[in-house]
Amino acid sequence: MGILNIVTYIPAIGAVLLLFFKKDNPAAIRIMATAVAVIDFVVSLYLWMKFDPKALWQFRETYEWIPSLHVKYDFGIDGISLLLIILTTFMGIIAVVSSYAAIDHRQKEYYILLLLLQTGMIGTFCALDFFLFYLFWEIMLVPMYFIIGIWGGARRLYAAIKFFLYTLAGSVLMLLSILGLYFFNTTGIDFLNIPGLHNTPSFSVLQFHEIGHLIPPSLQFWLFLGFFFGFAIKVPMFPFHTWLPDAHVEAPTAGSIILAAVLLKMGTYGFVRFALPILPDGTKQLLPWVVGLAIIGIIYGALVSLVQKDMKKLVAYSSVSHLGFVMLGMFALNPMGLKGSVLQMINHGISTGALFLLVGIIYERRHTRLIAEYGGLAKQMPMYAALFLIAALSSMGLPALNGFIGEFTILVGAANRNIWWAVFAAVGIVLGAAYLLWLYQRVFWGPLDNPKNQNVPDVNGREMGLMLALVAVMVWIGVYPKPFFEPLEEPVNYIVRKVDPTYFDRNPLVYPAAQPEHVAEAK
Amino acid sequence: MWRRRNSQMNWNDVIFLLPEIIIATGASLLLIAPVTGLRDTASAKWSMIGVLAITAASLIACSWAVVDLPQTKAFGRMFALDGFSIFFKLLFIGAIAVIVLLSDDFLRETRYSTWEYYSLLAFALCGMMFMASGIHLATIYIGLELLSLSSYILAGYFKNEQKSTEAAMKYFVLGAVSSGILLYGISLIYGVCGSLNLFDIARAMSTIVTNDALMFGIILLACGLCFKIAAVPFHVWTPDVYEGAPTPITAFLSTASKAAAFAIFARIFYTGLHDFHLAWNNVLATVSALSMIVGNLAAITQDNVKRMLAYSSIAHAGYALLGIIAMNEMGIRGVLIYTFVYVFANLGIWSIVLMMKRHEYAGEQVSDFEGLHSRAPFWAFSMFIFLLSLGGIPPTAGFIGKYFLFYAAVQAGFGWLAIIAVLMSAVSMFYYLRLVVAMYLREGKAADVATSGSLRLVAAICLVVTILFGVLPDRLVKQVDLSAGLMHVQSAVTRNAAK
Repeated sequence: MGILNIVTYIPAIGAVLLLFFKKDNPAAIRIMATAVAVIDFVVSLYLWMKFDPKALWQFRETYEWIPSLHVKYDFGIDGISLLLIILTTFMGIIAVVSSYAAIDHRQKEYYILLLLLQTGMIGTFCALDFFLFYLFWEIMLVPMYFIIGIWGGARRLYAAIKFFLYTLAGSVLMLLSILGLYFFNTTGIDFLNIPGLHNTPSFSVLQFHEIGHLIPPSLQFWLFLGFFFGFAIKVPMFPFHTWLPDAHVEAPTAGSIILAAVLLKMGTYGFVRFALPILPDGTKQLLPWVVGLAIIGIIYGALVSLVQKDMKKLVAYSSVSHLGFVMLGMFALNPMGLKGSVLQMINHGISTGALFLLVGIIYERRHTRLIAEYGGLAKQMPMYAALFLIAALSSMGLPALNGFIGEFTILVGAANRNIWWAVFAAVGIVLGAAYLLWLYQRVFWGPLDNPKNQNVPDVNGREMGLMLALVAVMVWIGVYPKPFFEPLEEPVNYIVRKVDPTYFDRNPLVYPAAQPEHVAEAK
Repeated sequence: MWRRRNSQMNWNDVIFLLPEIIIATGASLLLIAPVTGLRDTASAKWSMIGVLAITAASLIACSWAVVDLPQTKAFGRMFALDGFSIFFKLLFIGAIAVIVLLSDDFLRETRYSTWEYYSLLAFALCGMMFMASGIHLATIYIGLELLSLSSYILAGYFKNEQKSTEAAMKYFVLGAVSSGILLYGISLIYGVCGSLNLFDIARAMSTIVTNDALMFGIILLACGLCFKIAAVPFHVWTPDVYEGAPTPITAFLSTASKAAAFAIFARIFYTGLHDFHLAWNNVLATVSALSMIVGNLAAITQDNVKRMLAYSSIAHAGYALLGIIAMNEMGIRGVLIYTFVYVFANLGIWSIVLMMKRHEYAGEQVSDFEGLHSRAPFWAFSMFIFLLSLGGIPPTAGFIGKYFLFYAAVQAGFGWLAIIAVLMSAVSMFYYLRLVVAMYLREGKAADVATSGSLRLVAAICLVVTILFGVLPDRLVKQVDLSAGLMHVQSAVTRNAAK
């Protein structure tokens, strides 16, 4: 049992232990859940310490699982997975602690589901076998479905089922693409007249990485399309995003935090880990469409955010816009863009998680999220206003905070590829500043004229602690992002070589260190 | 030992038939037992369980004994005891045992005779076992009729209930018509091929390029079989019969009886009709696509759990057909695995439905499940797992079954059908989740639930099977490889011999 398995299953074990707790003792349940989340975070930090940024796949653990189907239990991470795992465990603590007051019924089930969800998410980031990946990918749906459906707002049933069905419809198409890859690797696909490679049958992601360039472009197109539906719905990209506002608005605060911080990253992670390196031709064929949708997403998300009356919906649509950035950077297909894209995944998790947390805090006090209900809150809740300002600035990409680093890197990468992409993205940044600052202005400035707001208490110690932790990370990434970029170097170069094998030959001066001969091969 | 024309029969053959002989004797004894004065339900149940246990034991013993025999086609090549039939027979016996446990409390509350009920179930089992072993269309047909006749009576077992009588009547009339169609198809095939033995039919077909009468026969045969598995457009009886029949009998019709129909469907098409594969696979593909679409879409609007599950079983017939259309090794494995996981997930669901309340038609509305999680959290969780399994969500066994079928369909070139299948399985989660919504997400009500020992046992067994073979499917897959492999080798052998 290696460290990766330990990180993955600590929350699940915690969930099982929680089963034995008494229902009518929520305090003990909360302490237990928090302890599990903290332990998991500490172990994941140990993972980071032990991680060698110069190597690709690490902490590999491979066991036979279903030999008759050629399925292995294969765990392993690279720098991208590492950062996302740390993000997951970190936001796990935030989610658990932020639920103390918000969840007032069926606490035991709630924390069990939250912990199970965490196991599902970490497992998805660790899995290097497609079968295993699909398993974790689907398992994740179930706890989130219940979290939205039981502890959500008024239209929770609708939102929960919409979330579930959208994601499921995408992932079953992805399953067909996985099967297509499997057939290509072994017997070939007769009805398309595509001969197979007759390799050892396997679902190993790394093996598919090796054979990616051999897949004929016509097949790559269809396989990419299958993956695209699976991942784009999860991201969510522009025309597939309609489940997101519903899910976010109805979910409880912690559900929104996890949804925004980690679950959405599953989609972008899927593109980076599977679609790009395995299907380079498919990526290039569909690149104009994906980039087009990403740009539409950036601008559409921002414009729709501008007109929202509900704070949470505003933040939800801002996610559509931000994830558009992530996709744009990724599909620049150069190291800068990819690095920025992965870092922006982390940044979006932190900033948007913080914004959802803040919206949750005010909602717990006032039970409304309508912007019109507020105004002049800065007088009544100065600490809250300050924290909100930092989170908003981080989200809109102010220098010295995390958002700037990610967006800047993405812009450099995108401009390298095509200057117009960067121009559109820049418009998105301006709009982002507009809707966040306008929100801030309407909520915090002006006269404190709504009498209901005049007795609202400021943030308490627990909320303060959570927010300070988030702000600390924002500042850390904003001022000294090197520890975050370092583990990304190798995996990003690896992906660029897979998806665009001649990239480093064409640009030898820009990336002298990334010449293939210096790079450790995948184990 | 005596000889009769070409076909040779000897007393060794009896060993092949021992399980069937035992179950038929047992069924007859159960029927006359009340004459001796035994009247209570408990002894009826235990007698039935005993008969089933002896049958299962004899089946396992026979399977050991016949392993060494060179040919398993006993009784003038009408009957085979191969891996395929043993797999299905054990599944049938298991399913019938579970149904006996499901019926126990149910029967105790009614005034109908339990001995006759169990006797009919045992006769139905006997018919199903003949179906699984039949490699001759006459054997298969007779087995099917024995099963059907028992099922008609069982569907109308609540003879004082209008719904039950109506269900039996509909089932009987439509079933009789479909049997006639099936028989007509068989007779046409016999007319062209000159034999009813599936291997002879396969051999005869390999020399035929095209023949309208044969095609017509195959289509009629397929229609008859599609009626038995309730595939669209031969599905209209299903919701009414499932709704009207006593709930344990609905469980029987939707699991064991359906599994038997899949068994003969697979056997006839894989062993007998594989050479005309290209002629019929598009027809069946259309039937499969329609079943998945109509079944799943119609299930969405149902408020009655039995009707919802009836439509869901129509959709599942469509999925299972994928394995037959594919006509490859993964396909036949898929049919076996899918049938297995489907039977157990479904039986689990019926056990929970029966827990809801034990009056004759209660616990049937989706709203009856509201708040089940607070009254019986474990059973609500079990129900949830069964529904996930039917929806094909990992890590339940249902995913493994669907995986095989999708795999087979893609491999065989039915990519479009696989796309419909996966999208429809996403749609199916919509109505399965309606029950989950009722159980977990609706507050306020506490469902009326009355568990009993036997229902708990059934649900627990099904839960273990569903999760175990979802997480560690290796044993099941290997067993199925063995069972299906034997049959596939046989058909491949005949194919090669003919060329």
